[in-house]
Amino acid sequence: MSVEYVDRYDSEPERYEWSESRRYRFEVDRRDFIRLFGGGLLVVVAVSDVLAQESGPGGSAQSRRATPELAAWLHIDEAGHVTACTGKVELGQNIRTSLSQVVADELRVPLSSVTLLMGDTDKTPFDMGTFGSRTIPTMAPQMARAASVAREMLIDQAAERWQLGRQVLTARDGHIETTDGRSMSFGELTKGRALTGTIAPDGPIDGHDRWKVRGTAAKKVDGPAFVTGRHQYTPDVVRPDMMFGRIIRPDAYGASLATVDDARARAIAGVTVVRDGDFLGVVAPTERVAARAASALKATWLAPEGQPSSETLFDYLKEHPDGHDAAPAVATPMPPAVTRTFEATYRIPYIAHVPLEPRAAVAEWRDGKLTVWTGTQRPWGVRGELAQAFRVPEDGVRVIVPDTGSAYGGKHTGEVAIEAARLARAVNRPVKLVWTRAEEFTWAYFRPAGVIDVKSGIDAHGRIVAWLFDNWNSGGAGLQSPYDVAVRNVVFHPVTSPLRQGSYRALASTANHYAREMHMDTMARAVGIDAVEFRMRHLRDERIRAVLQAAANKIGWPKPSAAGRALGIACGTEKGGYVATAAEVSKNADGFKVERIAIAFECGAIVNPDGLHNQVEGSVVQGLGGALFEAIEFANGRLRNATMALYRVPRFSDVPPIDVVLLDRPDLPSAGAGEASLVCVAPAIGSAVRAFGTVDTALPIRLRHA
Amino acid sequence: MARYVLRVNGRDREIDAEPGDNLLSILRYDLGLTGSRFGCGEGQCGACTVLLDGAAARSCVTRVASVGTKAITTIESLAAGGDLHPVQQAFLDAEAFQCGYCTSGMVMATVGLLRTNPHPSEQDVARLLDGSVCRCGTYPRIVKAVRLAAERMRTATSTGARR
Repeated sequence: MSVEYVDRYDSEPERYEWSESRRYRFEVDRRDFIRLFGGGLLVVVAVSDVLAQESGPGGSAQSRRATPELAAWLHIDEAGHVTACTGKVELGQNIRTSLSQVVADELRVPLSSVTLLMGDTDKTPFDMGTFGSRTIPTMAPQMARAASVAREMLIDQAAERWQLGRQVLTARDGHIETTDGRSMSFGELTKGRALTGTIAPDGPIDGHDRWKVRGTAAKKVDGPAFVTGRHQYTPDVVRPDMMFGRIIRPDAYGASLATVDDARARAIAGVTVVRDGDFLGVVAPTERVAARAASALKATWLAPEGQPSSETLFDYLKEHPDGHDAAPAVATPMPPAVTRTFEATYRIPYIAHVPLEPRAAVAEWRDGKLTVWTGTQRPWGVRGELAQAFRVPEDGVRVIVPDTGSAYGGKHTGEVAIEAARLARAVNRPVKLVWTRAEEFTWAYFRPAGVIDVKSGIDAHGRIVAWLFDNWNSGGAGLQSPYDVAVRNVVFHPVTSPLRQGSYRALASTANHYAREMHMDTMARAVGIDAVEFRMRHLRDERIRAVLQAAANKIGWPKPSAAGRALGIACGTEKGGYVATAAEVSKNADGFKVERIAIAFECGAIVNPDGLHNQVEGSVVQGLGGALFEAIEFANGRLRNATMALYRVPRFSDVPPIDVVLLDRPDLPSAGAGEASLVCVAPAIGSAVRAFGTVDTALPIRLRHA
Repeated sequence: MARYVLRVNGRDREIDAEPGDNLLSILRYDLGLTGSRFGCGEGQCGACTVLLDGAAARSCVTRVASVGTKAITTIESLAAGGDLHPVQQAFLDAEAFQCGYCTSGMVMATVGLLRTNPHPSEQDVARLLDGSVCRCGTYPRIVKAVRLAAERMRTATSTGARR
């Protein structure tokens, strides 16, 4: 078998996120229903509304037994317990809680009556993946509709049971109640029944004014499992007769296996060495024996010479367009009104996700079927990778995603699942494989590095009249400027990346916002206009204006809170969220220190204010890493800082006081919030630091002493 | 291979291991105590933190031969008889987690911290927990949780309640 990971980056606007169009097919007839659920009430959300039309009262027998392509379903059992099901996965972004809130609210049941079944390719409907801040804008309304239809069906049941009109019945606290004080629980109403409803994804749902559970700061639904250590992440999964794997890695990217001396490894009791092309691994009865066997195994590799380094990276990117770059950099002439031009090149390094739970998988072949537990953002994508790698049908593979120890865009791919499955097949026993930290750094993928050339021109009145923006490799998100400029030419140039790259929380948007907002700051300083005022003059969108003003107010713009400090600010929009970030910095012996951050964020109607606050604050902290110190260093196909000691991520002492201002817009649909609040952290800090001297136009931010 | 008797959560456990084997691996794989997490294996992230005679220690870089008779306490033994430890309760109340992978280690590091410093300032917490990483960035909430737990434990102690 050859283990080859082919990356495809062909979806827009977030260029490096994977997509696919296959749908899970799921039949719901009475027999299946009774077998699967035992009875009760089931509402399924069809992917398209074609089904809802076909299965109406006038439909043919065949269409009534249609096979809906499902987005989600919701079941109420005979005890009144509610199970809602989605192919989304929980990675710490807290959607298990916020989606439960949505269901509880629409159904009028306590939050504790709702269980969410997530991310299992055999049990939950197909989902493209949990990424792109899409859960709240797309999955929450679908779940809300399912719950709302279920509630109305229960009212119908009660009306029939009591021979009353629907108008005297209301749903409250898991019961249907009459105006004259009678009450029946959802469980009693569904007992002995097999009630089904199928709905289109665009039925009516509650307006914001009827939200009771949504909009409240519900606690993480399974919080106690985390504080007691009881929650089982993938590395904690145990199967009967399970063995333990290790992979022997090439000593450089692109290296092929030359020689293997496995005599000492094979001499260890219970050890199996698995070699398949360039794939080399060991399986052992215990985790420690597997580690010993891996280090006893001596392999040599042939690595290609002349690979680029972090020092030559930015030239390399410009010199290696991929074949699809239809837009070679063309000089756009400055319009005649331009009196002054500003040119700069911004450089963004590769950075690592460093999820605290490294990639892990437990794989088990049984009766020809493969089951893999693994923490991934794309369970169906990983199922497809496994099916392809082992040449088995997709329905012969099941991927189960335990709630996972974070991802940040870094767990789209199935390499650890394939490796564990390959080892498991060799020994015909379940195998657990947990990547080491060095493997997670080296053999996962990075946030794309990028080079961004910006050339702008302003007229005699200090107005921007030309904006030329060329981005090599970062990606398309956040590429378009929100500022009102007459002449624009904004181009993304795909590049053959020297390192493996992929999705990352707010990936390209962070790079593009950094370049754009630093450049805005450059121009504001040059023309002597206040940085907030300069932006406002070019902003029409009231949502951006509102967050910019709110962040400015919160930090006390334009006056720093103490002598020797300086302020900086940046604003933008990403994935439907609007953000402005302000930073206060001071000078110190190492250069500068971030003293305070204020962030204003608006993403429409807020579902869970505390969860949102947590996401926004966390995004700011993650943004600090890329702004202040994260960068992958490499040369000759080898990383130089693939340990947590050498690759610094933000720690307690790096985090300044963070003021979070959430602007609630109940009149607007809810956008996702896991990413947008990250994008302005670096330019806010970078522009503040300029008060102390020249700042390199690169991340991480470095102050050049005069 | 040698035999070690480890005192884990109040019980003596016999383990066959090499002297250099790390304690985390023994807890997770020999004893099934998976609440202590593997994060880095280099003592840099704190996800594997346990208590040795009450002091926080990185089990991933603790050699089994160095443990001796020290009492090992893991996250699994904190909630006595179903009641959460005040530190666990404070993490819940402050919602001081997102993915939760660091939480066991953070809770154990906090229990160790409060034993020697029952009245930590925000700066104390930042300094003393700086070896523990929360990649989701919930640090401000963890600081709040630690101080909330400290306050509750001082109140409990002063009213004579003991844990």
